[in-house]
Formats: sequence, structure tokens, C-alpha cells
Amino acid sequence: MTTFIQTQPIPAQPNPKKEELSLPRRYGKMLLGTPTNVFITVGCVVILWLVVPPLFRWLFSEAVWAGTPEECRQAAGACWPFIQEKFRFFIYGMYPLDERWRATLAIVILFGITGIAMVPRFWGKGLVLTWLAAIVGVFWLLLGGFGLPPVRTEMIGGLPLTLLLSLTVLPLGFPVGLLLALGRRSEFRLFRWISIAIIEAFRGSPLVATLFIASVMLPFFLPEGMTLPKLMRALAAFLIVAAAYIAEALRGGFQVVPEGQAEAAFSIGMKRWQILFLITLPQVIRHSIPGLVTIVVLFFKDTSLIIVIGMSDFLAAIQLASRDPAWIGFTVEGYVFAAAFYFTFCYVLSLYALRLERRRQNH
Amino acid sequence: MLSTLQSASRRAALLLTVAVGSCLAASSIANAGTTLDAVKERGVLKCGTSIDVPGFGYPDSDGVLHGMDVDYCKAVAAAVLGDATKVDFIPLTTQTRFPALQSGEVDVLFRQVTTTFTRDTSLGFLSGPYTVIDGQGMMVPKSLGVTKATELNGATVCVTPGSNSELNIGDFFRAHNMEFTSIAMDSFDDMRRAFFSGRCDVFTSDRTYLGSIRVLSKNPDDFVVLNDVIAKSPLAPVVRQGDDEWYNIIRWVVYAPMIAEEVGVTSENVDEMLASSSSPRVQRLLGKQEGLAKGLGLSDDWAYNIVKMVGNYAELYDQNLGMKSAIKLDRGANNLYLNGGLLYPPPFL
Repeated sequence: MTTFIQTQPIPAQPNPKKEELSLPRRYGKMLLGTPTNVFITVGCVVILWLVVPPLFRWLFSEAVWAGTPEECRQAAGACWPFIQEKFRFFIYGMYPLDERWRATLAIVILFGITGIAMVPRFWGKGLVLTWLAAIVGVFWLLLGGFGLPPVRTEMIGGLPLTLLLSLTVLPLGFPVGLLLALGRRSEFRLFRWISIAIIEAFRGSPLVATLFIASVMLPFFLPEGMTLPKLMRALAAFLIVAAAYIAEALRGGFQVVPEGQAEAAFSIGMKRWQILFLITLPQVIRHSIPGLVTIVVLFFKDTSLIIVIGMSDFLAAIQLASRDPAWIGFTVEGYVFAAAFYFTFCYVLSLYALRLERRRQNH
Repeated sequence: MLSTLQSASRRAALLLTVAVGSCLAASSIANAGTTLDAVKERGVLKCGTSIDVPGFGYPDSDGVLHGMDVDYCKAVAAAVLGDATKVDFIPLTTQTRFPALQSGEVDVLFRQVTTTFTRDTSLGFLSGPYTVIDGQGMMVPKSLGVTKATELNGATVCVTPGSNSELNIGDFFRAHNMEFTSIAMDSFDDMRRAFFSGRCDVFTSDRTYLGSIRVLSKNPDDFVVLNDVIAKSPLAPVVRQGDDEWYNIIRWVVYAPMIAEEVGVTSENVDEMLASSSSPRVQRLLGKQEGLAKGLGLSDDWAYNIVKMVGNYAELYDQNLGMKSAIKLDRGANNLYLNGGLLYPPPFL
């Protein structure tokens, strides 16, 4: 026997109607609707009241907009002439004066290729080749040789170094990361163990330590007479760490693609590499893109860690600029400027990742 | 965050340096007499220096390096290669400087290195003559009316906890039976603000650093760096052991600007002096006596090149640390013995 709790269907209810409130009343309810909200609102207003006016005074009304360091020291606000005076140093670092057009061109190329790579329409083999060509071109421009006067890697600093390190890490680390990701999924125990060891070792140890080992210890292990420029050593360290992170991002992507697809392809006689490159990988990459963009953002900021091995990227250039005795001590202004710059770049990338995510959901 | 990172990595680096250094010192890379040849063959000097220390090695707005250590690198290039611009400056941090010298990445280290017993004996290094005689000093507000460190009884001192300078200042006050209150600060930036806002009476650090901090105040003239030195910090170039010829060159490159100042030769009057001075000391220094520099492995005009291209010691000091620089540090101990300082270059005979 069947028992019913209710024999009749519940009559349909109208949609819960949204309260139509005028804008001020809606916000009034949001901010002051309950005692808790009143408390939070008042607290926030007090904090803003304490923070914003002094900040505004420091940033704008009491700041010095043009003048000498001496005038800056007398003022209570920020010293913007410092940024103006040192701007070219932030950008170029200690790059030789006569060769700066090369650094400018390198910046343009690196920004350009990043911009192009962000447009889904251009995704494909062509983009990979263009990107590799751009990296080779940028290295040639910055380092010289082959017709251009050579520039020592120690002299490369400022913005080109930051861009070079962060924007080459993804395309160069990607193949290595892919190998590691495949290795980790491999049926051969040896491959799997090696891959897991590499991934976990580099993800689990501080980037600073890896950088330090690459910079300080590596020269002792190289054969006598062979020196690897510091830039290359740093790049190698970033590359292997990035590859470890990329491998994990890709592993996530691999797990999303159903096993059945590969089995189906196998049953119609496709080779393993065909299955990988034609069926699995395209989907894996599409699923991993948000994670990969996160890695770019991460490494864009982490490049500043090379300061510990004595190289000066964008952030370090800002610190160095305040070591000039004439302009000593205006570090805060420099950091505000750096924060604005890094925020802009990373925020644009995050927005982009968000858009990609939506795009993927629509598919 | 960066400073904690740096101090952590500094500790790691020190361990690394000592470990690797003692291995290398034991095996002692045999490179006797080869550094000079290597530099000449390369045509450029690889000089380890700092790029972040005001007055010693720092870039200007165009990214060109200046400073006392930088100028001494140029002096070596001028002496050895006859061209002060033939220097590859290798920027080194306090963590990377010793491994860089040990591994042969640099020919010589001019990087604010304090000569100590351990560095000379366990890292496989030799220290040259002092380029700058620095030391831990004290800065006080003039309004305190203090002229000597021994008048500081009862003073409030800003210190960084656990640092050598904290130990030194504690020892100094106790040794003179004086009372003091110490306020611990995490960073030099905090210390600077606390000092300038009047929270402490004494700011203690290396005297050259005090000089560069003093100019940060709104009224630098309200503060004074006392002449007392409570801990020694003589700064000198460093080379690898086992190459006596190169060590000799570095030693005499350090002395040459001092001797030039002693005999009154400057970068401006050096040509005039070379042509017309009848003083045998000037003539010997500037290379009129042929073959004198043969034992050094250099051409006779080596010292002339240094003075002409870089300057004498007074010029070096004034433009980098002294009155013509923004740091405005007194000559103090870094004056010639003739003027009551400690610079006593050997006779150029």
C-alpha cells in the first residue's frame, strides 16, 4: 500500500516578486538594514575617514609635482619628480645609453606578442612559431651579437628583464611542463617517479632557494672555463619551476577529458600520439588556460625575486633608483608607482582569464 | 618581506660560502700569475661591485654607475689596460660576492668588504690596503649638545635587534659605565623615521651609511655624525690567494691615488705636472723613470693613467662620499697622515 503525505499537488505560487525599491532606499537597506549592517557600515566609514584624507593629502594635495629633491624633503607629501627623473631608469635599468632603442623595441615586441596571443582567433601553430620567433628576436635584440654590439646580461634590467622573464617562461616552460604532466600519468613507474620527484621538488621548495642554487652553486659544477651568464642561470631556474606548475595545471586539464574518448579513438585504430595531439591535448589546453594565465600572473610578480641574486628587474630598478645619494629615501613613491604598474598588468590578465572562463562555459 | 627574505638567504649564503670556500681553499685552484694575463687577453676587467650602496656603487638616472668602489674598479682598468672604461661591472650582493670571487667570475672584488681575520684565512682570499676606513659610528641631533660619544650617558638608542651594531653599542656603553635605553627597530627605514621624529637620541650604523641617512632629514644641519668609532670596519679590495703579481697590482692601484694626493697631482694638473714638475716624487709616480713599473707587470704610465682618468684620492673621496657628494661626509680618518688622517701610503721608491 502506498501512503501519500499529500495527495494534491501544491498550487503554483507566483514568482517571489523582487522588492522594487528606489535606489537610495535600496542602498539604505543594504547598508543600514540590520544592527550588524549599521555596525559594519559605521566601522568602514570610520576607517575610510582615517585613511582616505591623509592618503589623498600625501598622494595629491601636499605632494610635490615638480622640483628638486631638497624641495621634496621639505614637503609633507609624495615626491613625484622622483618618478619623473628616474622613469627612464625604471624602464631601461643600466642598459647602455646608445643601445636603448633595442630595449624599446624588445618591450614593444613582447607586449605585442602577448596582445596577439590573447586573441583566441590567432590560436594555432602559427602563434606558437611567431612566439618562439619573437623570443629569439628579443634575446638577439637585448643581448646583441650577430651584427649588433653585444650587451652583457648583467646590464639588462628594468622593464625588459621583467617582461622577458615572465613572458618567456610560459612558452618555453610549456613543453617541459607537458612532458612532466605526461610523465606523471605514464604507466611506466620510472617515468612517473621521476616526474613526480621533479614536480614536487620544485613546487615544494621556495623559488628563492632554486634561484640561489642556480645562481651561486651552478658555476661550481660547470666545467672549468665555462661560464653561463647569470641571466641564463636565472631563466633556467624560473623555467623549471614554471614547468612544474604548468605540469600541475595541465594534469587538472587531463583529468577533465573523459577516458572514453581516448578508448574510442584507440578502437578506430588511431596511434597514441595522434590521440594525444588531435583529441586529448586541444581539450586539455582549453581547460587549463585559466590556470596557465594564473601562472603567468604569478611569475610576472615572482620575477622580482631575482633581486636576491643581484639582478635588477623593474621592481629592483625602483629600489636602486633611490640609492642615488641625490634622490635617496623616496622609496615609498617608487613602490606606489610599482604597485600601480603591477596591478594594472595583473588586473588586465585576470580580467582576460575571467573572460576566457565565461567563453569556455558558453561552449 | 624582502628584507626577511634577504636575511634568510644571507644566512644560507654564508653557510654556502664557507662550505664551498673551504673546499676550494683546500684544493686551491692553481692560477698563479694568470689573472693579469687573463685580463689583458680579455681586454676588459671583470670587477665585482655593488650597485645599491650610496657612495660606493649606485646608478644615476641614466643607469651609469658611480661610487668609491666603482671608481677603484676604473682605476684598476686604467692601470692595467690603459683605459678606465674597459670594466665589466659585475653587480654582486653581500650574499653572492664571495662565491663570485672564488669561482673566478670576477678578477677582483671592490664591494665594501670589511677585512676580517676569517675572510682572509678561511675563504682563500687576500685583502688589499684599505680604500675607505669606515666604522660603526653614531649620529645625534645637534640640539643634544653632545660632541663626544662619552657624553651620551642616559641616551636612548635605536638598534636593530640581534645585529652586530646592537652588540657593539651595548659593549661601548657598558665599557664606559654609562646607562642607555635601547629601542629595537626591525628595519633601517623604521629606525630612520624613529630617529628623525625624536624617539631616540642616537642612530648607530656604519659612518658612511649615517652620512647618507643624515641628508634624508628635513634639516640635515640639525644632525651630526660624531667622530667616535665604536667598531672598526676597514673596507678593502679582495683577490684570490695564489696570484701574488695580481695582488701586488691591486695593492698599488689602491695606493697610487693616495700618493698622487700626497704629492699634489690631480686629474686636472697631471699633464702639467708631467711636463714641468721637477719633483722626483712626481716624476717617479707619473712614469718618467723608465722601467720602474716593470716589476709590477705594467707600463710606466700606469699611475699617470689612474690619476688622469679617475683622479687622486681627494677627488675620489670628495665626489663620492665627501663634500662634493650628497652624502657630505667628513674626511676624518680617510685623510692623509699629513692632515691627521690614517692614510699612510708607502713611499713610491
